[in-house]
Amino acid sequence: MGVKLLLDKANVPGIRTYEVYRREGGYRSVEKALKEMTTDAIVEEVKKSGLRGRGGAGFPTGMKWSFIAKPEGVPRHLVCNADESEPGTFKDRYLMEFLPHLLIEGLIVSSFALGSNDTYIYIRGEYAWITDILEQAIDEAKANGWLGKNILGTGFDCNIHVQRGAGAYICGEETALIESLEGNRGNPRIKPPFPAIQGVWMRPTVVNNVETLAAVVPIINMGGEEYAKIGVGKSTGTKLISACGNINKPGVYEIDMTITVEEFIYSDEYCGGIKDGKKLKACIPGGSSVPILPANLLLTTAKGEPRYMNYESLSDGGFATGSMLGSGGFIVLDEDQCIVKNTYTLARFYRHESCGQCSPCREGTGWMEKILQKIETGKGEMSDIDLLWDIQRKIEGNTICPLGDAAAWPVAAAIRHFRDEFEWHVNNPELSQTSNFGLQHYADPIHVPA
Amino acid sequence: MSEQTFFKVTVDGITIEVPAGTTILQAARQIGGEVAPPAMCYYSKLEGSGGKCRTCLVEVAKGSEKDPRPMPKLVASCRTTVMDGMEVKNITSDKVLEARAGVVEFLLLNHPLDCPICDQAGECHLQDLSFDHGKSGTRYEFQRRTFKKHDLGQHIQLHMTRCILCYRCVFTADQLTNKRVHGILDRGDHAEIATHIEKSLDNEFIGNVIDVCPVGALTDKTFRFKNRVWYLKPMDAHRDCPTCSGRVTLWNRGDEVYRVTARKDEWGEIEDTPDGKPGWICNTCRFDKKNASEWVIEGPRAISRASVISQGHYAGNVGMTIPTETFKAVNGGRAPHLLMDIHDESEVNQPDIHLGQIQGPSNGTTFNNKKDNA
Repeated sequence: MGVKLLLDKANVPGIRTYEVYRREGGYRSVEKALKEMTTDAIVEEVKKSGLRGRGGAGFPTGMKWSFIAKPEGVPRHLVCNADESEPGTFKDRYLMEFLPHLLIEGLIVSSFALGSNDTYIYIRGEYAWITDILEQAIDEAKANGWLGKNILGTGFDCNIHVQRGAGAYICGEETALIESLEGNRGNPRIKPPFPAIQGVWMRPTVVNNVETLAAVVPIINMGGEEYAKIGVGKSTGTKLISACGNINKPGVYEIDMTITVEEFIYSDEYCGGIKDGKKLKACIPGGSSVPILPANLLLTTAKGEPRYMNYESLSDGGFATGSMLGSGGFIVLDEDQCIVKNTYTLARFYRHESCGQCSPCREGTGWMEKILQKIETGKGEMSDIDLLWDIQRKIEGNTICPLGDAAAWPVAAAIRHFRDEFEWHVNNPELSQTSNFGLQHYADPIHVPA
Repeated sequence: MSEQTFFKVTVDGITIEVPAGTTILQAARQIGGEVAPPAMCYYSKLEGSGGKCRTCLVEVAKGSEKDPRPMPKLVASCRTTVMDGMEVKNITSDKVLEARAGVVEFLLLNHPLDCPICDQAGECHLQDLSFDHGKSGTRYEFQRRTFKKHDLGQHIQLHMTRCILCYRCVFTADQLTNKRVHGILDRGDHAEIATHIEKSLDNEFIGNVIDVCPVGALTDKTFRFKNRVWYLKPMDAHRDCPTCSGRVTLWNRGDEVYRVTARKDEWGEIEDTPDGKPGWICNTCRFDKKNASEWVIEGPRAISRASVISQGHYAGNVGMTIPTETFKAVNGGRAPHLLMDIHDESEVNQPDIHLGQIQGPSNGTTFNNKKDNA
C-alpha cells in the first residue's frame, strides 16, 4: 500500500459533511496556517514540498505563487481550475465529489498565503451536481467560521465563489478560464502579461488545479520537507491517477510516484491488469493530449530501464520515445483497439473544442480530423500520412495557447509509433473496415527496439 | 516623467533604436520593406488587436542584452515588445518562413478563392500574403466550409465564407461605436462573425469595419460589383464633415465617384489626421457623398507601385524614380528609329508635359486640327 494523503479519508461514511470531516481532523491546516504561520512561510513551505501543478504542465506551485505581483491597494485573486475536461481525466471530479471540504480547506490556506479575499472555483458546466456539493460545503464552512469575515479572529476575510462554465474544453486553459470567469467569450489571452501580473479583472491572479490546492492541506499539516520525502526526485508527494480504458479496475488511484507503470497496470491494488486477459497494446499516460506510447516503450524507457509513474520517468526520452504524466488521465488500450480510430476520435474532439481564435489551430484541427476520417474509413492514401505529419508540425508551437500543441501531439505520436498501422489501413482499405491491425509489432512480452 | 528609454533591436541584421514598449512589428515597420512581418489581424489603431492570425511570427534569436537566451518558440511580433539588445530574425529565418507558409495554407484552407468576383480583389491583404508567402497549390481536398451571405444593415454585406476571423471588425465596433451588436458566434472552424439574432449595424461609424477587414468578408453595398479597384483612380479629398475628419480617398472613374474610403497607409491601416488621431470616417462621408462636387479634391493618392491598383493610372509615377539617362545614352548613342514622330500629332507623347496633366489622349480631332493649321 502506498502512502495516501488526499484520499485516505475518502471512504469514511459521511465524509462529505462538515461534522465528519472535522471529526476526522479536517481544517487543522487552516488553524495552523492562519494562527501560527506568515503568508511567506506558507509559500516557503509549498516551495520546500516540491509540489508541482497537477493540472498537466507540472509547473512548481511554490514558484508560481512567488511570481504573483503585489501592487499596493490592488486585490489579488486565487482561482481554482475545476474545469476538468481533458478526455480520460476525472480525478478532480472524484476529489470534489467525495471530499469537497478538502478542497475548501486547501483553498482557504492558499487564499491566505496569496492574500486573496475573493477566491473562485471555476467548475466545468457538466459537473452540475458537484457545484451543489461544493456550495453546500462552502455554506457549512461559512457557518462554522472557516470562511467569511475575520476567520479565526485573525482578521483575514475570505469568500469562495463557485462559477460554472458552459462546457468548453478551452476554458481549462488559465487565461481562457479568466476570460470566461469575467463573463467574456472563453478565448485564451495572449501572454504576456501573465495572470500573475494581470489576471481576473486585470488583477494579479493565481490559477491552480483542484488537486494542487488540495495537496496544500497535507503539506501544511506535515510540513514541506516531510512531504518532499514522499515520491522520488522532483516528483514529490502523491498524485491522483484516473485510470480508464481496457483494464479490470478503472477508477481514481492515489499513487506515491515510486511505482512502475507495469505495477500500476498489472497489480491488483491498482488497475488489476488488462480486461479479459487481453494484451496491452498502447497507453496514453496523462490525458488525451499527451503522446501515446506503445506497450514496449510504456513499460520500459528506450534505455531499457523500467518506467515509473512520475513526471521525469514518463517524459524520459522526450517525445521521441517518451510521453508526459500530464493530468494523470491514464488511458489503456488493449490489442483490439485501432490506433487510427483512436487518433481520429481525439482529433475530432480537438477540432470541436478549438476556440477558433488563431488560424493554425482553427483550420489545422479540422483538416487533421478530415484526413484521419478518410484513412479510418478506408479511403486514405500514403501521402495523407505525410501530410498529417506536416500539418501537426505546423500547428505545434505556433498557436496562442497549448490547445494547438494538445491537438498536434496525439497525431504526431500515433504516426511516430504506429506508422505501420496507418499504412496497413491505406493498403487494406476493405480489411481495415472489418478487422484490426492487432499487435504485430507491439505485443507483450516487451520488446524494445535497439 | 522620467526620460523615455530607448532600446536597440536588430531585425534581420538591421539595428534600430526604438522607445521601450514598442512591439517587434512596429520596430520592423520603422525599418520598412520586407523586414516588416505581414499582419492580417493586428491593426495598430485598434487596441487589443493582434496575436491571432500568426502570420507575423518571428524568431527571437537573442532575448536581450541581459538575458541572451533565444525564445523557445516563434513569437507573434505584433504583441511582443522589444527588449534592449534583442535580435529578431524574420525573413532570414527558415523556421519563420516555413511556419508562415503553413499559416498561409491554413488561412486559405476554407477561403473560397473567389477573387474574380470579390470586391476586395486588388486590395486584399490575403492576396498579397499568399502571393508573398504562399504556395501555388493546395493540399486540401475536402469541402470548404460555407456560410450564407448576410446583410448587416443597409450598407454592409457580410460574406462570412471569406472571413479569416481576425476580429478587427469586432474591435472596431467596440472602440468606435457606443454599442457593439456583432461579434463571434460558435467556436473553432465553424466560428462566425454575426449579429446576435439578425440585428443591423447602424452606428454612424460602423462603416469603418469595411476598411479594417483584410479580406472581402465585409463589403460596401454601395460599391458591390460596380467596378474593380484597379480601374479606379484614387484621389485624396476632403469635405467639411460635422461628425468625422472628412479626410477620405475617393475612388473615381472619370468624374464619377464609385466609392469612398478612409485614407490608408502603406500597411493598409487608416492614416492619422494631422492632429494625430486615427482618420476614421463616418457613414455619411462613406456611403452618401458620391458626388465629386461635394468634395475638395486634393490630388492623386500615392499607391505603391507593387500594387495592382497603380496599374494604368496616369499618375502612376507618384513617388517613382524617373530614370535620368536618355534612351540614346543607354542604347549606345543610337536614337530610336521612329516610323512617325507622333509628338507632332498630339501632346500625349510630349516628353516635357507630365502625362497626368494632359486632358485626354489624342484623337481624330487633334489630328485634323493639326492638318488644318498646317
